[in-house]
Amino acid sequence: MSEKHHIIPVWFFVGLLLLIYGVLIFVSGLTEWAHPPGTVLAELHAPVWWGGLLIVLGGVYCFVFRPGKTSC
Amino acid sequence: MSQIFAMFLAEGITHKIVQLSAVDLAIIVIYFGLVLAIGFYLKKFAKTGEDFFLAGREMTAWVAGLAFVSANLGSLELLGWAGSAYQYGIMAAHWYWIGAIPAMVFLGLVMMPFYYISKTHSVPGYLKLRYGSEAAGLSAITFAVMTILMSGVNMYAMAVVMKVVLGWDINFSIWVSSLTVGVYVAAGGLFSAIFNEVLQFFLIWFGALLIPILGMIETGGWSGMVARIQANFPGQDFTHMWRPMGSFADNPMGIHWTGIVFGLGAVQSMGYWTTDFLVVQRVLSAKDIRSAKLAPIIGSFFKMAVPLIVILPGVLALAVLPMHLVPNAPNLPPGEHSYNEVLPLMLARYCGPGLLGLGITALVAGFMAGMAGNVSAFATVWTYDIYRPYLNKRAPDKHYVSMGRWCTLIGLFISIGTAYLVMGFASIMDYVQALFGFFIAPLFGTVLLGMLWKRVTRWAGFLGLLAGTLSSITMFLLMQKVDPHRWVPVFALSPHAKGLAQDMYQSLWSCVTCVVVTVLVTLFTKPKPDEELRGLVYSLTEVAHEEHTSFWHRPAVWGIAALVLLVILQIIFW
Repeated sequence: MSEKHHIIPVWFFVGLLLLIYGVLIFVSGLTEWAHPPGTVLAELHAPVWWGGLLIVLGGVYCFVFRPGKTSC
Repeated sequence: MSQIFAMFLAEGITHKIVQLSAVDLAIIVIYFGLVLAIGFYLKKFAKTGEDFFLAGREMTAWVAGLAFVSANLGSLELLGWAGSAYQYGIMAAHWYWIGAIPAMVFLGLVMMPFYYISKTHSVPGYLKLRYGSEAAGLSAITFAVMTILMSGVNMYAMAVVMKVVLGWDINFSIWVSSLTVGVYVAAGGLFSAIFNEVLQFFLIWFGALLIPILGMIETGGWSGMVARIQANFPGQDFTHMWRPMGSFADNPMGIHWTGIVFGLGAVQSMGYWTTDFLVVQRVLSAKDIRSAKLAPIIGSFFKMAVPLIVILPGVLALAVLPMHLVPNAPNLPPGEHSYNEVLPLMLARYCGPGLLGLGITALVAGFMAGMAGNVSAFATVWTYDIYRPYLNKRAPDKHYVSMGRWCTLIGLFISIGTAYLVMGFASIMDYVQALFGFFIAPLFGTVLLGMLWKRVTRWAGFLGLLAGTLSSITMFLLMQKVDPHRWVPVFALSPHAKGLAQDMYQSLWSCVTCVVVTVLVTLFTKPKPDEELRGLVYSLTEVAHEEHTSFWHRPAVWGIAALVLLVILQIIFW
């Protein structure tokens, strides 16, 4: 993002946050697999696939915009 | 927003909507840790005035565009518009579509070149170059005061929301969130504010998008949702945008289509999106003029999609919630919920541990990003448009950066003071919010005339702005305080016009007043010489053309695409 200052792109931080949240939500979804919470459509196990999606997106962002790589 | 506040204030002590688990709390704590770490990381890059106040003018169009749209995506707006969607149906999407998209495209294609080429730091800064210190001073002082008061009002309102939704202590919410914002904005300036806004944008989408997805699965798609709504609310139309607007009496908003098209689309949204420095500052950080033109247009596509996570959950709630929500009122009995609680209720309906934390973090992030936007804009306007021209003209750049950092902290403490003032005198909030609205619509007239007509004079700009503002205040007092039965039909054109409709027409007439006075005074005063207006006025500015840019990289192409998409959406949901 910044050629003048060589700042780590904001996209890297976005990826990092999504990755961390993805792991937390995914693991949380797995631990409650046998005993889903009392939410509507809990049988769809949304935390598992939503957490997985965050892990994939976060991972891609972290890799593509990792510090030291100048393109954005 | 004041209604949301009043509702939450009234109910705040009686119950909380959601219960957080350990993983939810971990998600919230990680967010606070990350934004503080980013603030400290960015501190070393915010050394010059341009770095601190304009993020070095090196943001890409995507970053500036996301920050631009995110600065307006505050938590209270999300909660409030989701509640409006429950109350009025998809008509509430007007504020995201015709009430935003044309103005964003207009900013990008028509106005941004002048802001950018003039190298101004702010909107009052442009007024100073174009008109002189009178119009600029009026604009700067009102903006600085109102911004910081609004920040305090939002701070308290959000703390009350946190109390109701999560059971958090009000003082804890105010101090933890504001000190966090103070630290990272004082450290990294606009760099920090923009980084946080981009983070917030992603958090809001990933925190809220599951609601419409799971809601649509539960109802069996759009037709299933409409069928359920018709069963729950027989005879009421919640899924059409324009059809019920033939007359004021045909819809619960009390709005006629002329109010939406001319009041909202042509004046109020234009005023907000093109002259409110809080949002314009994000675009001024763009690295070149093409990026500056593209940023609001990129933002317009995302803005067009926001109803998916705000309006659709409100409409879905009409179909799936087992209870009927009620108007905002003090002391609702246990088990009853008001319209503005619809988003937390839908979140709690579908999201268990982890996902709930993500949704709540999105709300917290939206609140903090809004506060950061307010204090960074305040610091810029105070330093460059009040302190430098009137108090200390010849200090080194380093001094102004230091002033910006101190201003950020002082601004936050004033905001905290305002928050506690509102805690004691809740009615102050209505006045502060009304005051903010007084300046935006006439300011649009002043800025636009200044850009497009070189004949407009120094005193015409100032007197037009003043007259427009005074007319807005007068109309507000007459319609709200003096005699609503007499004056609402006069200014808002119908006795059926409700609050939102009154706002639309108040904006329209104040802008017309500004334009008329500006033109009349111009005809009797002496214009500035051409050489003083180069780079500031359309006929005297060489705007870089884009013949050499590939077709798909031209801002005009994407601006037209945004407008075509807007028309298609209107037809689909007519």
